[in-house]
Amino acid sequence: MGKVKSKNESPLVPVPSTSYIPQRDLDKTPILETRYLGIDFGGLTAVDDFNLTIGRTEIAGLIGPNGAGKTTVFNLITKVYQPTRGTILLDGRDTQGMNTVQISKAGIARTFQNIRLFDSLSVEDNVKLGMHNSIKYSMASGIFRLPAYWRREKVAHERAMELLSIFDMQDMGKMQAGSLPYGAQRRLEIVRALATNPSLLLLDEPAAGMNPSETYELMENIVKIRDTFQIAIMLIEHDMSLVMGICEGICVLNFGKVIAKGTPEDIQSNPVVIEAYLGKKKEG
Amino acid sequence: MKNLLHNKNLRSQLLTYGFVIVAFAVLQLIAAGGGMSSSLKGMLVPICAYVVMAVSLNLTVGVLGELSLGHAGFMSVGAFMGVTAAISLQSAVPAPGLRLFIALVVGAVFAAVVGFLVGIPVLRLKGDYLAIVTLAFGEIIKSIFNNLYIGLDARGFHVSLLQDRTNLEQGGRLILGGPMGISGIQKLSTFLAGVILILVCLFVIFNYVNSRTGRAVMALRDNRIAAESIGISATRHKMTAFVLSAAMAGAAGALFALNYSTVVPNKFDFNTSILVLVFVVLGGLGNMFGSILAATALTILPEVLREFQDYRMLIYAIVLILVMLGTNNAKLRSLFEKLRRRRREEQS
Ligand SMILES: Nc1ncnc2c1ncn2[C@@H]1O[C@H](COP(=O)(O)OP(=O)(O)OP(=O)(O)O)[C@@H](O)[C@H]1O
Ligand SMILES: [Mg+2]
Repeated sequence: MGKVKSKNESPLVPVPSTSYIPQRDLDKTPILETRYLGIDFGGLTAVDDFNLTIGRTEIAGLIGPNGAGKTTVFNLITKVYQPTRGTILLDGRDTQGMNTVQISKAGIARTFQNIRLFDSLSVEDNVKLGMHNSIKYSMASGIFRLPAYWRREKVAHERAMELLSIFDMQDMGKMQAGSLPYGAQRRLEIVRALATNPSLLLLDEPAAGMNPSETYELMENIVKIRDTFQIAIMLIEHDMSLVMGICEGICVLNFGKVIAKGTPEDIQSNPVVIEAYLGKKKEG
Repeated sequence: MKNLLHNKNLRSQLLTYGFVIVAFAVLQLIAAGGGMSSSLKGMLVPICAYVVMAVSLNLTVGVLGELSLGHAGFMSVGAFMGVTAAISLQSAVPAPGLRLFIALVVGAVFAAVVGFLVGIPVLRLKGDYLAIVTLAFGEIIKSIFNNLYIGLDARGFHVSLLQDRTNLEQGGRLILGGPMGISGIQKLSTFLAGVILILVCLFVIFNYVNSRTGRAVMALRDNRIAAESIGISATRHKMTAFVLSAAMAGAAGALFALNYSTVVPNKFDFNTSILVLVFVVLGGLGNMFGSILAATALTILPEVLREFQDYRMLIYAIVLILVMLGTNNAKLRSLFEKLRRRRREEQS
């Protein structure tokens, strides 16, 4: 057994605790599965023993106090950081040795807590960039404006408008991304991520800086995106009404360790969570 | 079509093409009417060469977003290889126009190859490090040409390094003579050819920037982490811009060299790289029209100031400072902003 070197040999290790997977996804391979995932920064263990399973069309939440390691989990999944320990399986395949670009091609897209748009480019170009690997033509076609250029650009334009219309932003195509209001920038990041045609979408605090009505609209749109594209969404969020309102499974992180997993009802009534997270919130 | 003309991007492109063509027509008319001094007439081709240098460096600095301090190195490769081609084809291709065209292409191709080789290590670096390494490569290219001998005789090309060991047969010609460079060049470059080269380079840059690859390069410039997160790999795309930029500098070099009877390697030194960088910064990062204006004005200026003799460089410096203050707008500030931001990101 020890001599056989096979990446696909699953299961590699027993999964110690299961997360909540919606009924409809139970009989399918989970889109994402992490096993004993961990990373150290020098002496600091930012994430440790992180086990999570996400169903194919699940909306999952990742919550926890500031500095708990939530963003670090996203950075591990997208290989911005290489894990110190543990395994990440995407669609049942080990992602060992992959880099950020390969992860994107494999079907994971994300947004960033501190917005990262291509500020000097137009809104439409930002979205078209998301289609970089799906709508292709050669550099020569681009420079000499060969038929392939016009054909592909037209498809890309139409698709970009279609995606922007999810958030009612189709009229903003010509605007410079950096000049958009804050909320629109957050939405544009989601559209750009969707343009890569992902099977798992990671949203890092999508409602940060939004007012309650914007947040409510965003909630509806996240569900709409899951329903129309039939993809899995994992989101980090401090806004409890959003998390409890749309997430089917929730994972709570504190000091880099999972302290609870379950449905919103489970989490809300879990005393450990209340003490570590919700309780502290009330005081401060 | 009406829709296209409302596009701000496209309008500024058409304006740039139009400006170049109109400027060419006006200057031709003045020259034909005898209203142009011979010294200014002699500068028309160098101006074109510097304009091409400026727009090509703007592709690296403004579009790709990397500070390159060795652009004259690519110009030098284009100059010597282009002229070598022109001299070798003297009897095979009698038509001067065609020979010039071949020389420009040869210069561009060699510069592109060198650009690719230089790009392999350089594009892995970031910010200040990249700038310093390009500076070093510029100097390396200069000293290679200072020590390179190429001769041509009935048996073909003979190449040697460090000293002249070409041992040419009777009737052979030493084309490239180390620090002596190339002499006895037949002047092939014309103002018309220079303007056509400018237009071709503008066409390539504008279309590149507004296509898939160019967009990817600008995305990497604006935010590398975000670009990688949507599946855009850095090195491959950056290389295309860097090689394109080098190729254009090579063509500019060939155009420049074929305007003089002699050209030496030391002409393409660090000072030339910095001069072209000044054009780019003054004209505005990513602004091709600005590069054209800055390159033209700052190439003519020293000539116009010749009558002030001793005060020439003083006035030149003052004008530079004034222009700098005048253009100290968003563009300049955003360059410094970017460098600062990058340093901060590296630290964090
Ligand atoms: N590149 C890094 N080098 C060193 N330490 C890091 C690095 N990235 C994150 N950390 C540390 O890891 C811990 C977790 O950070 P992380 O950003 O994941 O928290 P978070 O849960 O996203 O917090 P917030 O809610 O504030 O966004 C923090 O203590 C942080 O300082
Ligand atoms: Mg975070």
